[in-house]
Amino acid sequence: MVPEAVAAMVAELSRVGNASSLHAAGRRTRRIVEESRETIACALGARPSEVVFTAGGTEADNLAIKGLFWARRRPRVLLSSIEHHAALDPAHWLADHQAARVELLPVDAQGRVRPETLKAAIGDDVALVSVMWANNEVGTVQPIHELAAIAHEAGVPFHTDAVQAVAQLDVDFAASGVDAMTISGHKVGGPMGVGALLLARGVDPVPVLHGGGQERDVRSGTLDAPAIAGFATAVHLAVERRAALAARLTELRDLLIAKVRAAVPDVVVNGDLDQRLPGNAHFTFPGCEGDALLMLLDAKGVECSTGSACSAGVAQPSHVLLAMGQDGARARGSLRFSLGHTSTVEDVEWVGEVIGGVVERARRAGLS
Amino acid sequence: MGFKPLRVLAAMSGGVDSAVAAARIAEAGHDVTGVHLALSSNPQSYRTGARGCCTVEDSRDARRAADVIGIPFYIWDMAERFHRDVVEDFVAEYAAGRTPNPCLRCNEKIKFEAVLDRALALGFDAVATGHHARLEDGVLRRSPDEGKDQSYVLGVLTREQLSHAIFPLGDSTKAQVREEAARRGLTVADKPDSHDICFIADGDTRAFLADRLGESEGPIVDALSGKVVGTHGGAFGYTVGQRKGLNIDRPAADGRPRYVLSIEPVSNTVTVGPRAALEVTSIVATKPVWNGPVDTSSGEIGCSVQLRAHGEVYPARVRLGEGDVHITLEAPATGVAPGQGAVLYDGDTVIGSATIASAA
Repeated sequence: MVPEAVAAMVAELSRVGNASSLHAAGRRTRRIVEESRETIACALGARPSEVVFTAGGTEADNLAIKGLFWARRRPRVLLSSIEHHAALDPAHWLADHQAARVELLPVDAQGRVRPETLKAAIGDDVALVSVMWANNEVGTVQPIHELAAIAHEAGVPFHTDAVQAVAQLDVDFAASGVDAMTISGHKVGGPMGVGALLLARGVDPVPVLHGGGQERDVRSGTLDAPAIAGFATAVHLAVERRAALAARLTELRDLLIAKVRAAVPDVVVNGDLDQRLPGNAHFTFPGCEGDALLMLLDAKGVECSTGSACSAGVAQPSHVLLAMGQDGARARGSLRFSLGHTSTVEDVEWVGEVIGGVVERARRAGLS
Repeated sequence: MGFKPLRVLAAMSGGVDSAVAAARIAEAGHDVTGVHLALSSNPQSYRTGARGCCTVEDSRDARRAADVIGIPFYIWDMAERFHRDVVEDFVAEYAAGRTPNPCLRCNEKIKFEAVLDRALALGFDAVATGHHARLEDGVLRRSPDEGKDQSYVLGVLTREQLSHAIFPLGDSTKAQVREEAARRGLTVADKPDSHDICFIADGDTRAFLADRLGESEGPIVDALSGKVVGTHGGAFGYTVGQRKGLNIDRPAADGRPRYVLSIEPVSNTVTVGPRAALEVTSIVATKPVWNGPVDTSSGEIGCSVQLRAHGEVYPARVRLGEGDVHITLEAPATGVAPGQGAVLYDGDTVIGSATIASAA
């Protein structure tokens, strides 16, 4: 967490008061919550009334997808095939238990949903479309404005999971034309366990959580004022610092890609080199297993990740890479490096120094 | 000079033994990485609950223990290798009328072959497990805890494999291990021991085999009379020495209980007979492995032999043949099943092993 967000959160933790109460302490807490709502709205190009606080990105995705499906009473749900599980799994649940017809929109080799793909699939029997703003694994940025416009022409609400995008890309809710947008605290330097669904006026999902009627009756539950205060501070700072951070991360990321390519000539860089999250570098190392690379790099002090994990913790080939047309064996030899505000040139150079030996060793282990 | 830390890969099943083993080796100053072996790509199909060694719950327990010990932890997907080398082998052995020991096979092919090879390639020096057996200077000996001793299921390892193995629990009893786990704050201290076969979810080996091999009726023949005395649903459901569940229609002429004497897979015949007919003194065993302090140059050795897990130990003479050994027991043994391991001991020291092919 960024120190300012910690300070904002800690300041609230020692106070009492329920934002729903009418007494003085409640009013004071409500003021904090509403100011936080305004801060987030202002930072992301939304109206304060469009911010619905949740307990994180997963809940926001569930609320958007299940809630809009229930509200719209139409059978089809369109998602990109590279969504996070927080979006894919609620949709699959709707298919299994609520007779939804879920269709996964294919992506191109760079991991992008082409506008013509959505155009061909959209119709007035679609309950909602959900396409993430930027992919968490390979970093590809989607043509959100175009996709949202296509959905609107057909009168279909458009949801986007922008959890990865907020701190690194220019995210403007109103200008993007999307109807619902998921954001999350810990991805922007705020606390875990808090997030929000931005909901345009007139977009009213059926609630997933019923209760006290908080958050314009869409999401009941006592608000976590300290987390919300930390969240708002983090969003504000992330947006304020975004341009400078993005420029620095792009430079570091390009240096990392150059260093890895120099050390491992046959490495494959996945995703789109241009329309990409600045802090994301994603590679396939042919002949290696991702978890062997991970282990060897960890021993050298380099932390990275292989992608999705299944319930038993066994690495499965990433559904994102499979959707991009890679085969299972290649997908298993993939690794994601995420750069953030603490990353340095020295970190990147160290990866360049050790990656050659690590890949060589992993290849030998892969063959044994 | 001095202490040279090793890079050790600790295989962590999620049980108390492997957790304490990893903790001890880390505390000794070695550079330890914990690895849980995922043996099924669909854990639900294998044993659930706390008794197995390959469930989601077990992998969580292993991770939790690694966190308490403070070592890095990974999960290695060994499901394909395990299925091929242990599960399919298990089914094929039963289909051939033999009685395999899958734990022994798992040590031989998974823990100290697939895992060890991968560990060495990744730059580790050794694999540590929570087995109850002593290993000093490459020599394998029984655990001081007679009831928990696992030297039998390790007796199949080669000298090369043993040279990269570490068994940190060698000198301890199970009770000591549990007490130590509690002292170290390992939450698995009270976890029940695993029993039976980890990949048979409900413990019903017969149903597991019937699923894979199909039920097929065949005769149960009495060895004394030569007559058919009953029918069975598949010879694979039987093990030499078995008495229960024979479903014999008629009592034997001598009125004595009947035991399975042999299983003939081609004709799907189970032969039964009186207990005396089970007694054997001469065993032929194949694929001998010499892994202990033994001089085989004379072609014959005196030793003791154990013929199944937790089984009795028999004094014996062992004559070396071409790719096999001929074991002559000093006193008769019963229930000697082809497919089981014959592990040879000098006192409490393992000197070698072989796979039982036939007995008479």
